[in-house]
Amino acid sequence: MGDVVLQELRLATDDHAAAAGPADTVDGMPARWVASPGSTAETSAVMRVAAVHDLAVVVRGAGNRLTWGAPPERCDLLVDSTRMDAVVEHASGDLVVVVQAGCRLDVLQQRLAGAGQWLAVDPPRPGTVGGTVAAALSGPTRLAHGAVRDLVIGMTMVRADGVVAHSGGKVVKNVAGYDVGKLLTGSYGTLGVITEVAFRLHPLPKARSWVSLPRHSAAAVHEALQRVVHSQLVPGAVELDRAADGSATLTVQLEGVAPGVLARTAAALELLGPSATAGSRPPGWWGIQPAGTGEVLLKVTHELAGLPHLLTALDAAAARHRLAAHVRGSVAVGSVLVGLRAAEGGNRVGPAALGPDEVAGLVADLRQRAASFGGSVVVLDGPRVVKESLDVWGPVGAIDLMRSVKHRFDPARLLAPGRFVGGI
Amino acid sequence: MVDARGLAGQLRTVLGDAAVITDRQRLRTYECDGLAQYKVTPALVVLPRTTGQVAAVVRACAAAGVPFVARGSGTGLSGGALPHADGVLIVTSTMRSVLDLDIVNQRAVVEPGVINLHLSREALPHGYYYAPDPSSQQVCSIGGNVAENSGGAHCLKYGFTTNHVTGLELVTPAGDVVQVGGKAPDAPGYDLLGALVGSEGTLGIATKVTVRLTRSPEAVSTLLAAFPDTDRAGAAVSAIIAAGVVPAAIEMMDALAIEAAEAAVHCGYPPGAGAVLIVELDGPGADVEHEFAEAERLCRASGATEVRVAADDAERALFWKGRKSAFAAVGRISPGYIVQDGVVPRTALPQVLRRIAQLSADTGIRVANVFHAGDGNLHPLVLFDDAVPGESARAEEVSGAILDLCLEHGGSITGEHGVGADKARYMPRMFDADDLDTMQLVRCAFDPQSISNPGKVFPTPRLCGERPGRHQGTHPLAEAGVAEVF
Repeated sequence: MGDVVLQELRLATDDHAAAAGPADTVDGMPARWVASPGSTAETSAVMRVAAVHDLAVVVRGAGNRLTWGAPPERCDLLVDSTRMDAVVEHASGDLVVVVQAGCRLDVLQQRLAGAGQWLAVDPPRPGTVGGTVAAALSGPTRLAHGAVRDLVIGMTMVRADGVVAHSGGKVVKNVAGYDVGKLLTGSYGTLGVITEVAFRLHPLPKARSWVSLPRHSAAAVHEALQRVVHSQLVPGAVELDRAADGSATLTVQLEGVAPGVLARTAAALELLGPSATAGSRPPGWWGIQPAGTGEVLLKVTHELAGLPHLLTALDAAAARHRLAAHVRGSVAVGSVLVGLRAAEGGNRVGPAALGPDEVAGLVADLRQRAASFGGSVVVLDGPRVVKESLDVWGPVGAIDLMRSVKHRFDPARLLAPGRFVGGI
Repeated sequence: MVDARGLAGQLRTVLGDAAVITDRQRLRTYECDGLAQYKVTPALVVLPRTTGQVAAVVRACAAAGVPFVARGSGTGLSGGALPHADGVLIVTSTMRSVLDLDIVNQRAVVEPGVINLHLSREALPHGYYYAPDPSSQQVCSIGGNVAENSGGAHCLKYGFTTNHVTGLELVTPAGDVVQVGGKAPDAPGYDLLGALVGSEGTLGIATKVTVRLTRSPEAVSTLLAAFPDTDRAGAAVSAIIAAGVVPAAIEMMDALAIEAAEAAVHCGYPPGAGAVLIVELDGPGADVEHEFAEAERLCRASGATEVRVAADDAERALFWKGRKSAFAAVGRISPGYIVQDGVVPRTALPQVLRRIAQLSADTGIRVANVFHAGDGNLHPLVLFDDAVPGESARAEEVSGAILDLCLEHGGSITGEHGVGADKARYMPRMFDADDLDTMQLVRCAFDPQSISNPGKVFPTPRLCGERPGRHQGTHPLAEAGVAEVF
């Protein structure tokens, strides 16, 4: 059967399909084939082959986040999007771009910058446009411009049965039909293969500055954050960087026209007091993921006023489970990343391996306290042994509706089965 | 099989006698929404006061297979809340509490019947407001805004309802109460909020809405610029956007719309203008001052014959008065009119306006143009006189042709009024059968019985058991003619 499948995949992709190599794995699970369609039509043909042969499909862009989410139950076919890397249309006067899913975000940004514009998404470790949308990635400027779901205005997708569907369009204001694009955004490839996305763009800010404030307690961080969010600073971003020992920096990014940024920088310094400093560059940690290879990365959301409760709960859980937690993220949005590693100390030499039990314990503690900060705790990434010791997605509201959506879109469970919430 | 009227007794025990309307005369007060040319008398009207009551009504409908339609203030302009003749109309206007004004978290939790402007009024003393501001904001309900993903003049900068709703309590079409999202962002799982907001009541009924509150701007500056024609006004819009200025709003009116507004509200716009622009900027003082000067300069450079800057709130209100009264004002110059709602890419505006003028000249049907120029959202008012035989039919044709123009330029058949009952038939012009089939998958996931506001959005109803468009039966390569069946 293998030869037949490969032959069909080659036919579907103008010969851009092969047996999987050693690097073609998803979270340690080897795929059997890799197909690289060059267009929506070829993607459709690939998905029809997958449907006929009951192949489980995982979509791969830059491959930065294949380990995110739960490991899929099975993976027969990797659909590699990187041949679909064209900027289809940049209507600069309309501040709209249509781009294929496999286009790298940094390549797109470079191209847009030529017109003084950008796609206002600045996630850590940017990969492809499709991956950014599928994982609903965001970065600091989400505060000013919204999450990636707020910037997607149109989408072309290929369903599990190979049917090509469009939603939205090329205009920002549009309420015709269901916003299927939002449903696909953040779906981790479990509802369809995204092949093309239309985004609204923003002008590049003419001037920017960063005002930073060191703070050493959860209460002090909270107090400063509240002052900023209720002020007239209209920040482009507000990021917290907080080391495991509790030492923290709150940094406010101001952007706009030069006279405005100048005035607001002065206002921010006054608002935050004598320990605040202003600079024309962001701090070194800005927009960088707070977890390295082999560490665990959590995404924790919170209500604005829930931040001190989150930090307190995290400190307690980290101490209890002998872990070090580094928090970094968009605290004025209510979404932070947490990097976990084994706490230093004892007689160990070098960093200790991250124990699954400790991580599971911390996550359970934090979820138990989630009501106090009003958010959720998701394990985005980490060693497979860790992810297998817990439910990475945690409790999910409206899960029955989500299962129902999945069932309608992908009744045979071919798209990344098991990777998403509730085993979807 | 119980019909909708047969549910009356059962629903009275849940809601009380006064909240269940069966009297023909009273039912007729609900026969249409803001789009009065469609009228259907509902079989039954209920006025629930709690989530539990809404759920009980929906459960009763689901058990009996009776369709239901939710209605807020009934201001919609696409017939989205048009009743079903054999169905229950669930009116949420009695659910009008702001449940939680949570300034610290920049959120509010409201019942669906809360009037849009009322929420802003409550938040204003705290320095906050609710940003989406449809023209009907004095009377429209937030539940209706959620259903239609309402925009408004200021959504150019601040986005639409979908960008401001962070949580919903939903009564599903099966009558279950589920919580979707909350005050925090990014609840794990699919973005059901994204699907629900703008689904026009076809996926369930929102019984609580959690919204983002926006900090009131430090400064607001507004100008009114007169141009000899819409081409030059359009060029000014393009120049402002190209300069990287993001105004809170840019609104345009053409000569006929100005004439109507003057006749109705005496707004005192510059006489003889072929087009006016209202440009409003808001934000931090220094930023607004700088960008406003730029916008003013660009208006003059693009050929403005006069630029007035609002000296105070009163003058600003006067600028807006003409714009906001425009729809009603055309009643002064025409006995009948159709309010169209289409979208084109902003750069296509001048070309599309010329085509509309040509269409008007060719057919003898007058068209007044009022629109959100910043985002290319046109509201052509197509004028007709019912007393002239055939004129209303020709107006209808012109109105439809304008939508075709929008689509031809890569736009949309609706920017903010919704598809509803009115535009369902236009959906196939914008989306192909597979696109619509995919949207129907969402519908079927939420509402397999198709009882939640049936007949809206989709041109053809579909039974959810079917799976048209599934190709697993035929081998794809054989079908494509590339290979034999193996």
